[in-house]
Amino acid sequence: MSILDWLPWMRERRTRELADELLAHLEMAEADLVARGESPRDAAAHARREFGNVGLVQEISRDHWGGGAMWIERLGQDVRFALRMLRKAPGFTAVAVLTIALGVGATTAIFSVVNATLLHPLPYPHPEQLVRIEDDLLGVGAQDVGMSTPEWWDLERSGVFDYVSPGWFDDNNLTGLSRAQRVGLLIVAPNYFALLGVKPQLGVTFDPADRTGGFNGQAVISDGLWKRVFGSDPKILGRVVQLDSDSYRIVGVMPPGFQAPGRTKEERSTEVWPAFGYAGPPLTTYERRSQHFPGAIARIKSGLTIAQAQTRVDALVRSLRAQYPADYPPQSEWTIRLVPLKDNVVGDTRQSLLFLLGAVALVLLIGCTNIANLLLSRASARGREMAVRQALGGAASRLTRQLLTESVVLSMLGGAAGVAVLLGAKSSLVRLLPASLPRVNDITISWGVLLFAFGISVVAGALFGVAPALQIRRLDVTRVLKQEGRGSTASGEQARTRRVLVVAEFALSLVLMVAAALLVRSFWDLIHSPLGFDPRGVTVIRTRLPYPNDPAEDLYPTAAAEAPFVREVLRRMRALPGVEEAELGSSSSIPLDHPEQDQNVFRVVFEGRGSEQPSFVNGAEVGSEYFHLLRVPLLRGRLLTEFDNDKAPLVVVINDAMARKYWSNEDPLGKRLKVSPLAPSWSTVVGVVADARTESLESARVPVLYMSLYQRSAKHLAIYLRGRVGATIDEQVREQVQSINSALPVFAAATLEHNVAASLDARRFAMEMIAFFALTALLLAGLGIYGVISYMVSERTHEIGVRLALGARQADILRMVLRQGLMLAIVGGAVGLIGAAAVTHTMSSVLYGVSATDPLTFGAVAGTLIVIALVACYIPARRALRIDPMSALRY
Amino acid sequence: MANKPPTSRIELLQGTLDLIVLQKLRWGPCHGYGLVQLIRAGSNNVLQVETGSLYPALQRLVRQGAISTEWGTSDTGRRVRMYRLTPKGRARLAAERSKWDQLTDAIAGLMRPPEESEA
Repeated sequence: MSILDWLPWMRERRTRELADELLAHLEMAEADLVARGESPRDAAAHARREFGNVGLVQEISRDHWGGGAMWIERLGQDVRFALRMLRKAPGFTAVAVLTIALGVGATTAIFSVVNATLLHPLPYPHPEQLVRIEDDLLGVGAQDVGMSTPEWWDLERSGVFDYVSPGWFDDNNLTGLSRAQRVGLLIVAPNYFALLGVKPQLGVTFDPADRTGGFNGQAVISDGLWKRVFGSDPKILGRVVQLDSDSYRIVGVMPPGFQAPGRTKEERSTEVWPAFGYAGPPLTTYERRSQHFPGAIARIKSGLTIAQAQTRVDALVRSLRAQYPADYPPQSEWTIRLVPLKDNVVGDTRQSLLFLLGAVALVLLIGCTNIANLLLSRASARGREMAVRQALGGAASRLTRQLLTESVVLSMLGGAAGVAVLLGAKSSLVRLLPASLPRVNDITISWGVLLFAFGISVVAGALFGVAPALQIRRLDVTRVLKQEGRGSTASGEQARTRRVLVVAEFALSLVLMVAAALLVRSFWDLIHSPLGFDPRGVTVIRTRLPYPNDPAEDLYPTAAAEAPFVREVLRRMRALPGVEEAELGSSSSIPLDHPEQDQNVFRVVFEGRGSEQPSFVNGAEVGSEYFHLLRVPLLRGRLLTEFDNDKAPLVVVINDAMARKYWSNEDPLGKRLKVSPLAPSWSTVVGVVADARTESLESARVPVLYMSLYQRSAKHLAIYLRGRVGATIDEQVREQVQSINSALPVFAAATLEHNVAASLDARRFAMEMIAFFALTALLLAGLGIYGVISYMVSERTHEIGVRLALGARQADILRMVLRQGLMLAIVGGAVGLIGAAAVTHTMSSVLYGVSATDPLTFGAVAGTLIVIALVACYIPARRALRIDPMSALRY
Repeated sequence: MANKPPTSRIELLQGTLDLIVLQKLRWGPCHGYGLVQLIRAGSNNVLQVETGSLYPALQRLVRQGAISTEWGTSDTGRRVRMYRLTPKGRARLAAERSKWDQLTDAIAGLMRPPEESEA
């Protein structure tokens, strides 16, 4: 055999020759029989009978030609045939292709997000060596409490890491331009870029060996800032910019697409990186182990796994605890945890993404079940065709393969349509994603994603194709051919397969429906739970006072220095048209909006309880009208007043949750606490306000303490306005604030109602997606049971005719048909309830106000499904009633 | 009719057919129909070779190089494909024949009635 045999025309010639050879055989046999005295007609039939199935002999003879060409040739034939068959049944093809397009498209879409966020490594060299270092105080249940400069040095010297780099996110005022701008700032150690292993597109990054204690005056900026503010100026290097009235020399511009590996959206959109040694001004007590910055990232030395590094860090922690018992009291159980940097960036989106992927895969599976059902009914309609083909020499294995090919071709068409829609709609789909989702920029329809789509299309095709394809093997050719007309060829087994498929479909849909219903109920409860504050008519606008590195340059170093500014802003705000009430607070006082999580947690020390174990409590600095403006009622004592200023003793107001947690059996009024172990004097609790869902919508019982803005200065400020303010309110406020100090940025104007809604974004997204998938599943399941029951009715037309003719009442017939469908729905529902209980178990953490096995939800969903099933069965049942006994009996 | 009822025919074992085809082609090239006739006549109508076995076997032997094909004419002048034993096929026939002889001797020994073997 030569390679030439692989060529199509060579194969064609051989096929012709083989056919000719077999024909010659027949002719010779016939001639012999004639010679023995048979009539020519008998001889021809006899010879043929003797010979057997000409087509089959040809087919299996060609099997022995060998080589892959056979396979390719067959595949080509099968695909061509499949396309022809699909074109002949446009209705069926359209439904199947749409179903698969939806299933594969949606699955691929979710997968592309999972791929970008969870599977894709971070875009830095050797990302597996990157970790974030988190310090925990297990004894007081506090996580990620931050790190001190001496601890940083200990880790750097430990030999475990190539680099350890502290980072401190802040926002700054970029001034010296036409308008003051707020920019995200990540104050990093000089080794930051060396640690990440990224190069700038322009200039240089910092020298990792730089040992300057304070700021070295250098800054690297993002590509975005370079383009937006500096117009892609090629001479940007060496230019000096003012941030919070400090001067920085720009030494480098990062490439487009470079993102800081941060936990929050704000941190990931960092635009300026100044270099800071964490051992100099403005840090004054950096040598103390109790002076914390938010934390650090690190690169583990190559050759060490994270687990090995963790073991060595644990040993270091043990020796440090022994060495500095005053700083690390045993009961606080200080530990250091190495978290893969990717996990840190991805955070808690992992669970909801995997959940979504599971949900969408279920939809695909249900779609497959539906198509399997459609194919089965087609298979029985095509039973005659298949029987004829077998009789004409189609080997059963060959026909099976051809039917499977038909399914896979169908599935690939659907998959291609789904991916095409996905490619076209990608940008608008990405916009649907919640803003908090990390790594959205990394989402692409890459070759990997396309391969995934291809893979699941093939698998889906094989899945829904396997049942009808296997039917071929059980086809009783003689029986089918003997039947007159187009009688059905459905076997009892086939009917059973179809019923099992419908049951499976119902069970799967029920699981999805229950999950969706639980999420919807959680959401409903959340938006209807009393907030404890009144967001209606309140607008929040933010500004920020500069925080220069040299304290001598600070215009507002103390609360007393800041007070005139605060009063002036308030005076001007109250004069704005439509404003009824106005107040200021630190940005951490904004309900449900904590972009700088770290800055609103205070290490509180209670008088008379020892200072070793600080408690971590959320807190905020607010003006005296804050509670009234938000309509948070006072329960005991008094609110803050304007007279709680720098000349008066320090006071705090706490919420009820804090009172109950820390003074469960005592009156908190008059008790004293320090908001930091380093605070010079005690603050007295003067009032208790009602709990409000300001920290999290899920819980009203988060302890919060409030300090007077006139006693403790805040750089990040929120301006609250209640009343009917105009759409240009941000411009009006900007004008007023900047006429006091033109260097101040005014940004992030939003209504409180918007904040409340935005805090539900991620939850809303998950709920809407799951609900959409569940409704799709419900629709598919309804269509599935409709198909099976309609088919059953058409199968039994004759029987129903007989029954009617023998006097069965219409109601009996109706009941008989409905009972069939109902049984399927009930069995499917029962299986689904068990499955749902197993699945929703994993959802407990995302549910609110409803248990994962809430009987009401389970019952309601099962009931809905059964009603859908009844409706889907009623239509074919009606058709059964219209059967005319006379015409039914004639067939 | 020359045909006996199907029950008395013996289906050929896989591999045996190859040997028989090679054996029959020892006397000269032959076409497929001829081989069927030769086998039937040579076995006194006991061995019935199915076309569905013969033609695949021929294709297989061609692929293995044991036989070659050529186009010739039949007695009636029709163009037919003839099969001819190649030297390779001849060698294979010799090897398989001696194996076959050993096998049949062995089986015959096993099947011999006990009293004969005692005698």
